[in-house]
Amino acid sequence: MAEFKVAPANAPMVEKLMTWVDNRFPATKLYKEHLSEYYAPKNFNFWYFFGSLAMLVLVIQIVTGIFLVMHYKPDAALAFASVEYIMRDVPGGWIIRYMHSTGASAFFIVVYMHMFRGLMYGSYRKPRELVWIFGCAIFLCLMAEAFMGYLLPWGQMSYWGAQVIVNLFAAVPFVGPDLALLIRGDYVVGDATLNRFFSFHVIAVPLVLLGLVAAHIIALHEVGSNNPDGVEIKAKKGADGHPLDGIPFHPYYTVHDIMGVSVFLMIFTAIIFFAPEFGGYFLEYNNFIPADPLKTPLHIAPVWYFTPYYSMLRAITSEMMYALIACVLGGAVLGVLKVRMPAALKAAVVAAALVVVALMLNIDAKFWGVVVMGGAVIILFFLPWLDHSLVKSIRYRPSWHKYVYAVFVVDFFVLGYLGVQPPSPIGERVSQVGTLYYFGFFLLMPWWSRLGEFKPVPDRVTFAAH
Amino acid sequence: MSDSQVDNGKRTWIIASSCAGVVGGAFAAVPFVSSFQPSERARAAGAAVEVDIGGIKPGEKLTVEWRGKPVWIVRRTPEQVAELPKVDALLADPTSARKPDELTPEYARNEGRSRKPEYLVVVGICTHLGCSPSDKFQAGPQPSLPDDWAGGFLCPCHGSTFDMAGRVYKNKPAPDNLEVPPHMYLSDTRLIIGEDKKA
Repeated sequence: MAEFKVAPANAPMVEKLMTWVDNRFPATKLYKEHLSEYYAPKNFNFWYFFGSLAMLVLVIQIVTGIFLVMHYKPDAALAFASVEYIMRDVPGGWIIRYMHSTGASAFFIVVYMHMFRGLMYGSYRKPRELVWIFGCAIFLCLMAEAFMGYLLPWGQMSYWGAQVIVNLFAAVPFVGPDLALLIRGDYVVGDATLNRFFSFHVIAVPLVLLGLVAAHIIALHEVGSNNPDGVEIKAKKGADGHPLDGIPFHPYYTVHDIMGVSVFLMIFTAIIFFAPEFGGYFLEYNNFIPADPLKTPLHIAPVWYFTPYYSMLRAITSEMMYALIACVLGGAVLGVLKVRMPAALKAAVVAAALVVVALMLNIDAKFWGVVVMGGAVIILFFLPWLDHSLVKSIRYRPSWHKYVYAVFVVDFFVLGYLGVQPPSPIGERVSQVGTLYYFGFFLLMPWWSRLGEFKPVPDRVTFAAH
Repeated sequence: MSDSQVDNGKRTWIIASSCAGVVGGAFAAVPFVSSFQPSERARAAGAAVEVDIGGIKPGEKLTVEWRGKPVWIVRRTPEQVAELPKVDALLADPTSARKPDELTPEYARNEGRSRKPEYLVVVGICTHLGCSPSDKFQAGPQPSLPDDWAGGFLCPCHGSTFDMAGRVYKNKPAPDNLEVPPHMYLSDTRLIIGEDKKA
């Protein structure tokens, strides 16, 4: 408990009021810690806009969502019509709905950029592991939000998308079918499913999401922001105790971010007004047909932000299982031959590999497809411990690392593209190679990330005043 | 903290009351978790469906809803029936040996997976992830299908293919043949889906 302060008798009213508040709630302290005296590196570049933009989109989604709920009906018989009612009859309803639907895609664009920034500059490395993990949990929540929200318009794509994803859970051995039943609340996706997804979408997941966002920011402000050079600015402090390369977040970065927000809103509003469906990528055409449990649309694909993972799911066929088994065995052999560890541990590695191979041979490829798809997201959580590079930032890593990253980005786009295409034999092969690269990138990182000639890291951040 | 004595009596009670709290919490969770299960109304909605199949011409399909799922009744042409044994080698489970209790009732464990060779009755839900496959009865090369396609079904979601008896082709995402629901013929043109015992 802080000491009770008393404002001087001749102080202005505002100061007296703030003293009164601060004695009861740490308003000024919070303002200083998170804004006016939060020192951020002065060399932030383009990639650092996306954190604050993600906050902006979150606010847009919450506000538009609150207004949509006022008119929407979570009932399998009424849902589709109530969305059309919002679009046609509710004054301003169309723009609120388009803000929400475009906001969903914008959220993923912004978050993917934000995550890629972290990947490039090693923002997940010590001491920022928890910042990264909270961020990954936010990403998982976002995926849940997006998936459950997409069921609510009760169109064909909503219905069959939910049908496919819920059936993913049914692939789990033994408990799967009961688990899927528990999620659907009925033997097929139906009214019960719609109601519970509505509940999760508007209250349960957003609450968790807000808590995680708070944790993400509290953790970030505890350790301080990373920067494009990957230099710890706290290591060089001036006489005033503040980092030499740091500037207060407010007013410098608040003003800076307002520019980012302006540009973002120009693009965002342009999409809302001129291309809200975005050629069938933000709102799929099949979703303008009411859900029909008896007829799957000829071509179904998830919304674009899920397609890289969806491609990986489709890539796991029984043929691909042999390639994966070879990878597991190869990994175990390499581990035993190359890594120094006690003999008992080596035996354990071999035994574990054999058990995994036995399971891979005995459980359907369908289940492993689900494992691969889930693993592709879960593996991100482990990134802080997979990266053994000597430096944080890509700027001072060996040049060929940039190509590894570039191929990774291309791979992600190719997988995303294949995910929206109908299945084809060539697409299947390409997505199989893409899946192997995606996992190779992460799982082999402890090995490749320390190879090559690293460049010297400067003591201070590189910054040219403008 | 560290220099004060631990009161073991108090600690025991703290542990005991924490345990009691956890048990209470677990019991309190029961109604919430059980509310996720299908309601009594949903359970009751599984009644059998009676269909008139007199109007189906050879090579046509009729879809009816049973327990919220599409059930297909396909009247196969004699050529389609004759084609069935020829694709056996390409199928994952031509004799319907896998999970027979769930997927194939005893009376359908034959080449055509049906009671009458002419009529196929299957649940039109892909065993992969629950999409409803599309009709590709026309034989021959076409997009997303092999050039020697013999006619059957293609699942639009992940490309699984099934023959005219709902049997899955090898090396496809779907692990099993399409489910044959319990069904029986009341007369030549009356079919009941959801029941197979003589009442």
